[in-house]
Amino acid sequence: MHLSLADAIENCVADGASIALEGFTHLIPFAAGHEIIRQRRRDLHLIRMTPDLVYDQMIGMGCARKLTFSWGGNPGVGSLHRLRDAVEHQWPNALELDEHSHAGMATAFCAGASRLPFGVLRGYVGTDLPARNPNIRHVTCPFTGESLAAVPAINPDVTILHAQRADREGNVAIEGIVGAAREAALAAQTLIVTVEEIVEDLPPAMNAIVLPHWIVSAVVHCPGGAYPSYAQGHYTRDNAFYQRWDAIARERDSFRSWMDINVIGARDHRTFLAGLQQAAS
Amino acid sequence: MSDCTRDEWMTIAASRLLADHAVCFVGIGLPSAACNLARLTHAPGIVLIYESGTIGTRPVVLPLSIGDGELAETAACVISLPEVFSYYLQAGRVDVGFLGAAQIDRYGNLNSTVIGPYDAPTTRLPGAGGAPEISLHAKQVFVMAKASTRSFVEQLDFRTSAGYLDGHGARERSGAFGGGPRAVITDVGLLAPHPETQELQLVALYVGTSVDEARAAIGWPLRIADHLDTIAEPTAHELNTLRALNARTVEAHARPVHIPLPAEGLP
Repeated sequence: MHLSLADAIENCVADGASIALEGFTHLIPFAAGHEIIRQRRRDLHLIRMTPDLVYDQMIGMGCARKLTFSWGGNPGVGSLHRLRDAVEHQWPNALELDEHSHAGMATAFCAGASRLPFGVLRGYVGTDLPARNPNIRHVTCPFTGESLAAVPAINPDVTILHAQRADREGNVAIEGIVGAAREAALAAQTLIVTVEEIVEDLPPAMNAIVLPHWIVSAVVHCPGGAYPSYAQGHYTRDNAFYQRWDAIARERDSFRSWMDINVIGARDHRTFLAGLQQAAS
Repeated sequence: MSDCTRDEWMTIAASRLLADHAVCFVGIGLPSAACNLARLTHAPGIVLIYESGTIGTRPVVLPLSIGDGELAETAACVISLPEVFSYYLQAGRVDVGFLGAAQIDRYGNLNSTVIGPYDAPTTRLPGAGGAPEISLHAKQVFVMAKASTRSFVEQLDFRTSAGYLDGHGARERSGAFGGGPRAVITDVGLLAPHPETQELQLVALYVGTSVDEARAAIGWPLRIADHLDTIAEPTAHELNTLRALNARTVEAHARPVHIPLPAEGLP
Protein backbone atom coordinates (compact mmCIF):
# COMPACT_ATOMS: atom_id res chain seq x y z
CA MET A 1 0.00 0.00 0.00
CA HIS A 2 2.50 2.66 1.12
CA LEU A 3 5.42 2.60 -1.31
CA SER A 4 8.31 4.79 -2.39
CA LEU A 5 7.73 6.53 -5.72
CA ALA A 6 10.50 4.54 -7.42
CA ASP A 7 9.00 1.24 -6.21
CA ALA A 8 5.46 2.21 -7.17
CA ILE A 9 6.49 3.05 -10.73
CA GLU A 10 8.74 0.01 -11.02
CA ASN A 11 6.03 -2.36 -9.76
CA CYS A 12 2.98 -0.87 -11.49
CA VAL A 13 4.02 0.79 -14.77
CA ALA A 14 5.26 -1.61 -17.45
CA ASP A 15 6.55 -0.76 -20.92
CA GLY A 16 3.61 -0.62 -23.33
CA ALA A 17 1.04 0.12 -20.60
CA SER A 18 -1.82 2.58 -20.98
CA ILE A 19 -1.52 5.16 -18.24
CA ALA A 20 -3.48 8.24 -17.21
CA LEU A 21 -1.79 10.92 -15.11
CA GLU A 22 -4.87 13.01 -14.40
CA GLY A 23 -5.51 16.32 -12.60
CA PHE A 24 -7.02 19.28 -14.45
CA THR A 25 -4.35 22.02 -14.20
CA HIS A 26 -4.44 21.36 -10.43
CA LEU A 27 -2.73 18.36 -8.76
CA ILE A 28 -0.86 17.17 -11.85
CA PRO A 29 1.41 14.28 -10.77
CA PHE A 30 4.71 15.69 -12.06
CA ALA A 31 6.92 13.72 -9.68
CA ALA A 32 5.43 10.45 -10.95
CA GLY A 33 5.89 11.53 -14.58
CA HIS A 34 9.53 12.35 -13.89
CA GLU A 35 10.10 8.97 -12.25
CA ILE A 36 8.64 7.24 -15.32
CA ILE A 37 11.13 9.21 -17.43
CA ARG A 38 14.00 8.25 -15.08
CA GLN A 39 13.06 4.58 -15.31
CA ARG A 40 13.02 4.92 -19.11
CA ARG A 41 9.61 3.42 -19.74
CA ARG A 42 8.83 3.02 -23.44
CA ASP A 43 5.83 2.54 -25.79
CA LEU A 44 3.36 3.95 -23.29
CA HIS A 45 -0.16 4.88 -24.29
CA LEU A 46 -0.55 8.21 -22.50
CA ILE A 47 -4.07 9.33 -21.58
CA ARG A 48 -4.86 12.81 -20.27
CA MET A 49 -7.46 15.45 -21.10
CA THR A 50 -4.81 18.19 -21.13
CA PRO A 51 -1.35 16.69 -21.76
CA ASP A 52 0.28 19.74 -20.12
CA LEU A 53 4.02 20.03 -19.48
CA VAL A 54 4.24 16.60 -17.86
CA TYR A 55 3.31 14.78 -21.09
CA ASP A 56 5.34 17.24 -23.18
CA GLN A 57 8.31 16.03 -21.15
CA MET A 58 7.42 12.33 -21.39
CA ILE A 59 6.76 12.56 -25.15
CA GLY A 60 9.99 14.48 -25.75
CA MET A 61 11.93 11.87 -23.76
CA GLY A 62 10.59 9.06 -25.94
CA CYS A 63 8.26 7.36 -23.43
CA ALA A 64 5.09 7.44 -25.57
CA ARG A 65 3.74 5.69 -28.65
CA LYS A 66 0.14 6.94 -28.42
CA LEU A 67 -1.73 9.88 -26.89
CA THR A 68 -5.41 10.07 -25.98
CA PHE A 69 -6.25 13.72 -25.25
CA SER A 70 -8.66 16.60 -25.75
CA TRP A 71 -6.55 19.79 -25.48
CA GLY A 72 -2.79 19.80 -25.98
CA GLY A 73 -1.46 23.27 -25.22
CA ASN A 74 0.54 25.10 -22.56
CA PRO A 75 -2.38 26.78 -20.75
CA GLY A 76 -2.37 30.55 -21.21
CA VAL A 77 1.07 30.39 -22.89
CA GLY A 78 0.81 28.59 -26.24
CA SER A 79 2.11 25.36 -27.75
CA LEU A 80 3.51 22.20 -26.23
CA HIS A 81 6.58 22.18 -28.47
CA ARG A 82 7.60 18.57 -27.78
CA LEU A 83 4.09 17.31 -28.56
CA ARG A 84 4.14 19.39 -31.73
CA ASP A 85 7.56 18.08 -32.74
CA ALA A 86 6.35 14.50 -32.28
CA VAL A 87 3.22 15.09 -34.38
CA GLU A 88 4.79 17.33 -37.02
CA HIS A 89 8.22 15.66 -37.36
CA GLN A 90 7.94 12.28 -35.55
CA TRP A 91 10.68 13.32 -33.10
CA PRO A 92 11.85 11.46 -31.12
CA ASN A 93 9.35 8.96 -32.53
CA ALA A 94 5.95 8.90 -34.21
CA LEU A 95 2.96 9.48 -31.93
CA GLU A 96 -0.45 8.01 -32.66
CA LEU A 97 -3.27 10.40 -31.72
CA ASP A 98 -6.69 9.49 -30.29
CA GLU A 99 -8.20 12.96 -30.19
CA HIS A 100 -11.43 14.00 -28.47
CA SER A 101 -13.22 17.03 -27.10
CA HIS A 102 -13.30 17.60 -23.33
CA ALA A 103 -16.94 16.54 -23.19
CA GLY A 104 -16.21 13.38 -25.17
CA MET A 105 -13.25 12.40 -23.05
CA ALA A 106 -15.07 13.11 -19.79
CA THR A 107 -17.88 10.86 -21.03
CA ALA A 108 -15.35 8.12 -21.87
CA PHE A 109 -13.85 8.29 -18.36
CA CYS A 110 -17.35 8.09 -16.81
CA ALA A 111 -18.11 5.00 -18.89
CA GLY A 112 -14.78 3.51 -17.82
CA ALA A 113 -15.47 4.15 -14.15
CA SER A 114 -18.91 2.54 -14.57
CA ARG A 115 -17.38 -0.43 -16.44
CA LEU A 116 -19.71 0.21 -19.37
CA PRO A 117 -18.41 -0.44 -22.90
CA PHE A 118 -19.10 3.12 -24.13
CA GLY A 119 -20.51 6.47 -23.15
CA VAL A 120 -23.02 8.67 -24.97
CA LEU A 121 -23.26 12.42 -25.31
CA ARG A 122 -24.81 15.11 -27.41
CA GLY A 123 -21.54 16.14 -28.95
CA TYR A 124 -19.27 16.54 -31.98
CA VAL A 125 -22.13 17.81 -34.19
CA GLY A 126 -20.76 19.54 -37.27
CA THR A 127 -17.11 18.86 -36.43
CA ASP A 128 -14.41 17.04 -38.43
CA LEU A 129 -13.28 15.00 -35.40
CA PRO A 130 -15.46 11.90 -36.05
CA ALA A 131 -14.02 11.68 -39.59
CA ARG A 132 -10.51 11.56 -38.11
CA ASN A 133 -11.09 9.39 -35.07
CA PRO A 134 -12.82 6.01 -35.47
CA ASN A 135 -13.36 6.07 -31.69
CA ILE A 136 -16.07 8.70 -32.18
CA ARG A 137 -19.20 7.02 -33.55
CA HIS A 138 -22.96 7.36 -33.29
CA VAL A 139 -25.75 5.31 -31.74
CA THR A 140 -29.48 5.69 -32.05
CA CYS A 141 -31.43 6.21 -28.85
CA PRO A 142 -33.73 3.16 -28.51
CA PHE A 143 -36.42 5.33 -26.93
CA THR A 144 -36.52 8.47 -29.07
CA GLY A 145 -34.57 7.61 -32.21
CA GLU A 146 -32.17 10.51 -31.60
CA SER A 147 -28.66 10.06 -32.95
CA LEU A 148 -26.10 10.45 -30.15
CA ALA A 149 -22.32 10.50 -30.20
CA ALA A 150 -20.68 7.43 -28.65
CA VAL A 151 -17.13 7.03 -27.36
CA PRO A 152 -15.53 3.82 -26.07
CA ALA A 153 -14.85 3.65 -22.33
CA ILE A 154 -11.38 4.62 -21.20
CA ASN A 155 -9.97 2.03 -18.78
CA PRO A 156 -6.28 2.78 -18.22
CA ASP A 157 -3.99 0.01 -17.02
CA VAL A 158 -2.74 2.52 -14.47
CA THR A 159 -4.08 5.88 -13.31
CA ILE A 160 -1.78 8.13 -11.29
CA LEU A 161 -3.14 11.07 -9.27
CA HIS A 162 -1.66 13.57 -6.87
CA ALA A 163 -3.76 14.51 -3.81
CA GLN A 164 -3.46 16.55 -0.65
CA ARG A 165 -3.61 13.70 1.84
CA ALA A 166 -4.06 10.04 2.57
CA ASP A 167 -4.40 8.19 5.83
CA ARG A 168 -2.53 5.12 7.10
CA GLU A 169 -5.17 2.85 5.66
CA GLY A 170 -4.79 4.39 2.20
CA ASN A 171 -7.97 6.48 1.94
CA VAL A 172 -7.35 9.56 -0.21
CA ALA A 173 -8.84 13.07 0.07
CA ILE A 174 -8.79 15.71 -2.68
CA GLU A 175 -9.85 19.35 -2.39
CA GLY A 176 -10.19 22.08 -4.98
CA ILE A 177 -10.41 21.65 -8.76
CA VAL A 178 -10.81 17.92 -9.41
CA GLY A 179 -11.33 17.71 -13.17
CA ALA A 180 -12.01 14.09 -14.10
CA ALA A 181 -9.67 12.69 -11.44
CA ARG A 182 -12.30 10.62 -9.64
CA GLU A 183 -13.52 9.05 -12.89
CA ALA A 184 -9.97 8.35 -14.10
CA ALA A 185 -9.19 6.73 -10.74
CA LEU A 186 -12.24 4.50 -10.74
CA ALA A 187 -11.74 3.55 -14.41
CA ALA A 188 -8.23 2.18 -13.85
CA GLN A 189 -7.06 -1.36 -13.19
CA THR A 190 -4.35 0.00 -10.89
CA LEU A 191 -4.41 3.32 -9.04
CA ILE A 192 -1.32 5.07 -7.67
CA VAL A 193 -1.79 8.24 -5.63
CA THR A 194 1.07 10.51 -4.60
CA VAL A 195 0.17 12.79 -1.67
CA GLU A 196 1.39 15.90 0.09
CA GLU A 197 0.94 14.40 3.53
CA ILE A 198 0.00 11.20 5.31
CA VAL A 199 -2.20 11.51 8.39
CA GLU A 200 -3.36 8.98 10.97
CA ASP A 201 -7.03 9.45 10.11
CA LEU A 202 -8.77 11.67 7.58
CA PRO A 203 -11.25 14.01 9.24
CA PRO A 204 -14.87 13.22 8.37
CA ALA A 205 -15.61 15.08 5.12
CA MET A 206 -19.02 14.71 3.64
CA ASN A 207 -18.22 15.98 0.16
CA ALA A 208 -14.46 16.09 -0.19
CA ILE A 209 -13.49 13.53 -2.79
CA VAL A 210 -12.45 10.45 -0.86
CA LEU A 211 -11.09 7.54 -2.81
CA PRO A 212 -11.54 4.58 -0.48
CA HIS A 213 -8.52 2.45 0.37
CA TRP A 214 -9.75 -0.66 -1.42
CA ILE A 215 -9.62 1.01 -4.82
CA VAL A 216 -6.13 2.47 -4.20
CA SER A 217 -3.25 0.19 -5.17
CA ALA A 218 -0.38 2.32 -3.86
CA VAL A 219 -0.01 5.51 -1.83
CA VAL A 220 3.26 7.42 -2.15
CA HIS A 221 4.24 10.19 0.26
CA CYS A 222 5.61 12.81 -2.12
CA PRO A 223 5.44 16.41 -0.85
CA GLY A 224 5.67 18.94 -3.67
CA GLY A 225 4.77 16.14 -6.11
CA ALA A 226 2.50 18.35 -8.23
CA TYR A 227 5.01 21.18 -8.73
CA PRO A 228 5.07 23.22 -11.09
CA SER A 229 1.33 22.51 -11.04
CA TYR A 230 -0.13 23.10 -7.59
CA ALA A 231 -1.82 21.63 -4.55
CA GLN A 232 -4.59 23.80 -3.13
CA GLY A 233 -3.78 24.66 0.48
CA HIS A 234 -0.10 23.75 0.06
CA TYR A 235 1.51 25.72 -2.78
CA THR A 236 0.42 27.73 -5.80
CA ARG A 237 0.85 27.06 -9.51
CA ASP A 238 4.22 28.33 -10.74
CA ASN A 239 2.85 30.27 -13.69
CA ALA A 240 6.31 31.74 -14.36
CA PHE A 241 7.68 28.21 -14.84
CA TYR A 242 4.93 27.45 -17.36
CA GLN A 243 6.00 30.60 -19.23
CA ARG A 244 9.70 29.66 -19.03
CA TRP A 245 8.91 26.17 -20.36
CA ASP A 246 7.98 27.69 -23.71
CA ALA A 247 11.62 28.68 -24.31
CA ILE A 248 13.10 25.53 -22.74
CA ALA A 249 11.02 23.15 -24.86
CA ARG A 250 11.09 25.09 -28.13
CA GLU A 251 14.35 23.47 -29.34
CA ARG A 252 15.35 19.82 -29.02
CA ASP A 253 18.79 20.62 -27.61
CA SER A 254 17.64 23.02 -24.90
CA PHE A 255 14.90 20.57 -23.95
CA ARG A 256 17.21 17.54 -23.70
CA SER A 257 19.80 19.50 -21.80
CA TRP A 258 17.20 20.78 -19.29
CA MET A 259 15.77 17.30 -18.81
CA ASP A 260 19.23 15.71 -18.43
CA ILE A 261 20.26 18.19 -15.77
CA ASN A 262 17.02 18.60 -13.85
CA VAL A 263 15.15 15.30 -14.17
CA ILE A 264 17.53 12.51 -15.25
CA GLY A 265 20.31 14.07 -13.19
CA ALA A 266 18.16 14.28 -10.06
CA ARG A 267 17.80 11.03 -8.16
CA ASP A 268 14.33 11.91 -6.86
CA HIS A 269 11.71 14.66 -6.72
CA ARG A 270 13.25 16.29 -3.66
CA THR A 271 16.54 16.68 -5.51
CA PHE A 272 14.67 18.05 -8.53
CA LEU A 273 12.98 20.71 -6.36
CA ALA A 274 16.22 21.53 -4.54
CA GLY A 275 17.97 22.07 -7.89
CA LEU A 276 15.28 24.47 -9.08
CA GLN A 277 15.35 26.33 -5.79
CA GLN A 278 19.11 26.69 -5.99
CA ALA A 279 18.88 27.95 -9.57
CA ALA A 280 16.26 30.50 -8.51
CA SER A 281 18.28 31.92 -5.63
CA MET B 1 -9.99 57.78 -24.87
CA SER B 2 -7.92 57.98 -28.04
CA ASP B 3 -4.93 56.56 -26.15
CA CYS B 4 -6.49 53.13 -25.63
CA THR B 5 -5.06 50.14 -27.51
CA ARG B 6 -7.02 47.99 -29.94
CA ASP B 7 -6.79 45.09 -27.48
CA GLU B 8 -8.36 47.22 -24.78
CA TRP B 9 -11.09 48.51 -27.04
CA MET B 10 -11.81 45.02 -28.32
CA THR B 11 -12.06 43.70 -24.75
CA ILE B 12 -14.37 46.55 -23.76
CA ALA B 13 -16.56 46.06 -26.86
CA ALA B 14 -16.90 42.36 -25.99
CA SER B 15 -17.70 43.06 -22.35
CA ARG B 16 -20.61 45.31 -23.37
CA LEU B 17 -22.29 42.38 -25.14
CA LEU B 18 -22.68 40.51 -21.84
CA ALA B 19 -25.93 41.07 -20.01
CA ASP B 20 -26.13 41.21 -16.24
CA HIS B 21 -27.05 37.79 -14.76
CA ALA B 22 -25.98 35.97 -17.94
CA VAL B 23 -24.43 32.56 -17.31
CA CYS B 24 -21.19 32.62 -19.22
CA PHE B 25 -18.76 29.80 -20.10
CA VAL B 26 -15.38 31.53 -20.23
CA GLY B 27 -12.19 30.74 -22.12
CA ILE B 28 -8.71 31.95 -21.19
CA GLY B 29 -7.16 35.10 -22.66
CA LEU B 30 -9.17 38.02 -24.04
CA PRO B 31 -12.56 36.34 -23.31
CA SER B 32 -11.61 35.99 -19.64
CA ALA B 33 -10.64 39.67 -19.50
CA ALA B 34 -13.89 40.73 -21.22
CA CYS B 35 -16.10 38.64 -18.91
CA ASN B 36 -14.42 39.89 -15.76
CA LEU B 37 -14.55 43.47 -17.01
CA ALA B 38 -18.31 43.06 -17.50
CA ARG B 39 -18.59 41.69 -13.96
CA LEU B 40 -16.65 44.68 -12.58
CA THR B 41 -18.65 47.28 -14.55
CA HIS B 42 -22.23 46.86 -15.79
CA ALA B 43 -22.89 43.18 -15.01
CA PRO B 44 -22.16 42.47 -11.32
CA GLY B 45 -24.62 39.56 -11.35
CA ILE B 46 -22.96 37.70 -14.25
CA VAL B 47 -22.17 34.04 -13.48
CA LEU B 48 -18.78 33.00 -14.81
CA ILE B 49 -18.09 29.30 -15.34
CA TYR B 50 -14.61 28.09 -16.25
CA GLU B 51 -14.37 24.56 -17.64
CA SER B 52 -12.20 23.53 -14.69
CA GLY B 53 -15.48 23.32 -12.76
CA THR B 54 -15.42 26.66 -10.98
CA ILE B 55 -18.89 28.19 -10.98
CA GLY B 56 -19.77 31.77 -10.10
CA THR B 57 -16.09 32.62 -9.82
CA ARG B 58 -15.02 36.22 -9.03
CA PRO B 59 -11.24 36.31 -9.51
CA VAL B 60 -9.39 39.38 -8.22
CA VAL B 61 -6.72 38.89 -10.89
CA LEU B 62 -7.03 37.18 -14.27
CA PRO B 63 -5.89 33.56 -14.27
CA LEU B 64 -3.07 32.42 -16.55
CA SER B 65 -4.57 28.95 -16.88
CA ILE B 66 -8.14 27.73 -16.90
CA GLY B 67 -7.56 26.08 -13.51
CA ASP B 68 -5.56 28.57 -11.42
CA GLY B 69 -6.21 28.36 -7.68
CA GLU B 70 -7.57 31.92 -7.84
CA LEU B 71 -10.62 30.60 -9.70
CA ALA B 72 -11.38 27.89 -7.14
CA GLU B 73 -10.84 30.17 -4.13
CA THR B 74 -13.26 32.81 -5.42
CA ALA B 75 -15.90 30.41 -6.79
CA ALA B 76 -19.41 29.91 -5.43
CA CYS B 77 -18.80 26.20 -5.92
CA VAL B 78 -16.28 23.85 -7.49
CA ILE B 79 -17.63 20.80 -9.32
CA SER B 80 -16.07 18.02 -11.37
CA LEU B 81 -15.39 18.36 -15.06
CA PRO B 82 -17.90 15.69 -16.16
CA GLU B 83 -20.56 17.59 -14.21
CA VAL B 84 -19.71 20.90 -15.90
CA PHE B 85 -20.02 19.43 -19.35
CA SER B 86 -23.00 17.12 -18.73
CA TYR B 87 -25.20 18.80 -16.14
CA TYR B 88 -24.53 22.43 -17.05
CA LEU B 89 -23.40 22.81 -20.66
CA GLN B 90 -25.16 19.84 -22.29
CA ALA B 91 -28.25 20.45 -20.14
CA GLY B 92 -28.63 23.91 -21.68
CA ARG B 93 -27.79 25.89 -18.54
CA VAL B 94 -25.23 28.16 -20.24
CA ASP B 95 -26.34 31.41 -21.92
CA VAL B 96 -23.09 32.53 -23.52
CA GLY B 97 -20.03 30.59 -24.63
CA PHE B 98 -16.94 32.67 -25.32
CA LEU B 99 -14.40 31.22 -27.77
CA GLY B 100 -11.23 32.07 -29.60
CA ALA B 101 -9.72 30.18 -32.55
CA ALA B 102 -6.79 30.05 -34.92
CA GLN B 103 -9.09 30.12 -37.96
CA ILE B 104 -12.68 31.20 -38.55
CA ASP B 105 -14.67 31.07 -41.78
CA ARG B 106 -17.54 33.19 -43.09
CA TYR B 107 -20.15 31.07 -41.31
CA GLY B 108 -18.41 31.28 -37.95
CA ASN B 109 -17.05 27.71 -37.99
CA LEU B 110 -13.80 27.48 -36.01
CA ASN B 111 -10.50 25.63 -36.31
CA SER B 112 -8.22 25.14 -33.32
CA THR B 113 -6.87 21.72 -34.36
CA VAL B 114 -4.36 21.84 -37.25
CA ILE B 115 -2.99 24.02 -40.03
CA GLY B 116 -2.42 21.77 -43.05
CA PRO B 117 -3.63 18.16 -43.40
CA TYR B 118 -4.64 16.40 -40.16
CA ASP B 119 -2.24 13.50 -40.69
CA ALA B 120 0.71 15.70 -41.70
CA PRO B 121 0.08 19.14 -40.25
CA THR B 122 2.39 22.09 -40.81
CA THR B 123 1.25 23.39 -37.44
CA ARG B 124 -0.30 21.21 -34.79
CA LEU B 125 -2.59 23.44 -32.68
CA PRO B 126 -3.79 22.53 -29.16
CA GLY B 127 -7.08 21.01 -30.32
CA ALA B 128 -10.72 21.09 -29.36
CA GLY B 129 -10.90 21.34 -25.58
CA GLY B 130 -14.40 22.42 -24.68
CA ALA B 131 -15.12 24.22 -27.96
CA PRO B 132 -17.19 21.67 -29.94
CA GLU B 133 -19.80 21.27 -27.21
CA ILE B 134 -19.72 24.94 -26.13
CA SER B 135 -20.52 25.79 -29.76
CA LEU B 136 -23.19 23.13 -29.81
CA HIS B 137 -25.02 23.87 -26.55
CA ALA B 138 -24.51 27.48 -25.40
CA LYS B 139 -27.58 29.56 -26.20
CA GLN B 140 -25.30 31.95 -28.04
CA VAL B 141 -21.58 32.05 -28.79
CA PHE B 142 -19.29 35.07 -28.95
CA VAL B 143 -15.94 34.72 -30.70
CA MET B 144 -12.97 36.99 -30.07
CA ALA B 145 -10.16 37.02 -32.63
CA LYS B 146 -7.78 39.55 -34.12
CA ALA B 147 -8.60 40.06 -37.76
CA SER B 148 -6.05 38.90 -40.33
CA THR B 149 -6.26 37.02 -43.58
CA ARG B 150 -4.41 34.13 -41.89
CA SER B 151 -7.19 33.74 -39.31
CA PHE B 152 -10.31 34.84 -41.20
CA VAL B 153 -10.11 32.38 -44.06
CA GLU B 154 -12.10 31.30 -47.08
CA GLN B 155 -11.62 27.62 -46.18
CA LEU B 156 -10.81 26.10 -42.78
CA ASP B 157 -8.07 23.47 -42.65
CA PHE B 158 -10.15 21.60 -40.06
CA ARG B 159 -13.57 22.22 -38.53
CA THR B 160 -13.12 21.86 -34.78
CA SER B 161 -16.44 23.41 -33.83
CA ALA B 162 -19.58 24.28 -35.71
CA GLY B 163 -20.80 27.78 -36.35
CA TYR B 164 -23.50 27.95 -39.01
CA LEU B 165 -21.88 25.14 -41.07
CA ASP B 166 -22.71 26.07 -44.70
CA GLY B 167 -25.17 28.78 -43.69
CA HIS B 168 -28.76 29.13 -44.91
CA GLY B 169 -30.17 27.14 -41.96
CA ALA B 170 -27.64 24.27 -42.14
CA ARG B 171 -26.87 24.51 -38.43
CA GLU B 172 -30.50 24.17 -37.42
CA ARG B 173 -30.95 21.22 -39.76
CA SER B 174 -27.90 19.50 -38.23
CA GLY B 175 -29.69 19.21 -34.88
CA ALA B 176 -27.40 21.64 -33.06
CA PHE B 177 -29.04 22.94 -29.90
CA GLY B 178 -27.74 26.43 -29.16
CA GLY B 179 -28.08 29.52 -31.33
CA GLY B 180 -24.55 29.64 -32.76
CA PRO B 181 -22.11 32.54 -33.05
CA ARG B 182 -24.06 35.78 -32.61
CA ALA B 183 -21.05 38.09 -32.60
CA VAL B 184 -17.41 37.99 -33.66
CA ILE B 185 -15.42 40.71 -31.94
CA THR B 186 -12.28 41.65 -33.85
CA ASP B 187 -9.83 44.52 -33.62
CA VAL B 188 -11.24 46.14 -36.78
CA GLY B 189 -14.90 45.87 -35.92
CA LEU B 190 -17.80 43.65 -35.04
CA LEU B 191 -19.11 40.89 -37.32
CA ALA B 192 -22.52 39.28 -36.97
CA PRO B 193 -24.45 36.71 -39.02
CA HIS B 194 -26.78 37.88 -41.77
CA PRO B 195 -30.34 36.99 -40.67
CA GLU B 196 -30.99 34.72 -43.68
CA THR B 197 -27.69 33.51 -45.10
CA GLN B 198 -25.92 33.53 -41.70
CA GLU B 199 -22.77 34.75 -43.43
CA LEU B 200 -20.73 36.94 -41.08
CA GLN B 201 -20.95 40.57 -42.13
CA LEU B 202 -19.48 43.76 -40.78
CA VAL B 203 -22.04 45.42 -38.50
CA ALA B 204 -19.93 47.94 -36.56
CA LEU B 205 -16.60 49.74 -36.79
CA TYR B 206 -14.48 51.34 -34.10
CA VAL B 207 -13.92 55.07 -34.39
CA GLY B 208 -10.84 55.37 -36.58
CA THR B 209 -11.25 52.07 -38.44
CA SER B 210 -12.62 51.90 -41.96
CA VAL B 211 -14.50 49.47 -44.15
CA ASP B 212 -11.39 49.20 -46.32
CA GLU B 213 -9.27 48.25 -43.32
CA ALA B 214 -11.81 45.63 -42.28
CA ARG B 215 -12.02 44.21 -45.82
CA ALA B 216 -8.22 43.98 -46.03
CA ALA B 217 -8.06 41.99 -42.81
CA ILE B 218 -10.73 39.43 -43.71
CA GLY B 219 -9.86 36.56 -46.06
CA TRP B 220 -13.26 36.33 -47.79
CA PRO B 221 -15.11 39.10 -49.65
CA LEU B 222 -16.60 40.78 -46.60
CA ARG B 223 -20.17 41.99 -46.87
CA ILE B 224 -21.23 45.13 -45.06
CA ALA B 225 -24.52 45.36 -43.17
CA ASP B 226 -27.12 47.80 -44.50
CA HIS B 227 -26.77 49.75 -41.28
CA LEU B 228 -23.20 50.12 -40.03
CA ASP B 229 -22.83 51.07 -36.36
CA THR B 230 -19.95 52.79 -34.63
CA ILE B 231 -18.67 51.15 -31.46
CA ALA B 232 -18.72 53.83 -28.78
CA GLU B 233 -15.35 54.79 -27.39
CA PRO B 234 -14.39 53.31 -24.03
CA THR B 235 -15.60 55.34 -21.07
CA ALA B 236 -13.09 56.40 -18.45
CA HIS B 237 -14.71 53.94 -16.03
CA GLU B 238 -14.39 51.00 -18.44
CA LEU B 239 -10.80 51.78 -19.34
CA ASN B 240 -9.69 52.45 -15.76
CA THR B 241 -11.33 49.25 -14.54
CA LEU B 242 -9.70 47.16 -17.29
CA ARG B 243 -6.28 48.72 -16.74
CA ALA B 244 -6.49 48.20 -12.99
CA LEU B 245 -7.47 44.55 -13.56
CA ASN B 246 -4.55 44.06 -15.94
CA ALA B 247 -2.13 45.84 -13.59
CA ARG B 248 -3.24 43.66 -10.64
CA THR B 249 -2.80 40.61 -12.84
CA VAL B 250 0.71 41.54 -13.98
CA GLU B 251 1.72 42.30 -10.40
CA ALA B 252 0.31 39.02 -9.08
CA HIS B 253 1.92 36.92 -11.81
CA ALA B 254 5.31 38.58 -11.20
CA ARG B 255 5.35 37.61 -7.51
CA PRO B 256 7.98 34.90 -6.96
CA VAL B 257 6.49 31.49 -6.32
CA HIS B 258 7.68 29.42 -3.41
CA ILE B 259 9.14 26.11 -4.60
CA PRO B 260 7.62 23.48 -2.29
CA LEU B 261 10.87 21.84 -1.16
CA PRO B 262 10.02 19.33 1.58
CA ALA B 263 11.70 19.71 4.97
CA GLU B 264 14.75 17.57 5.73
CA GLY B 265 13.78 14.02 6.55
CA LEU B 266 10.77 13.97 4.23
CA PRO B 267 10.92 12.23 0.86
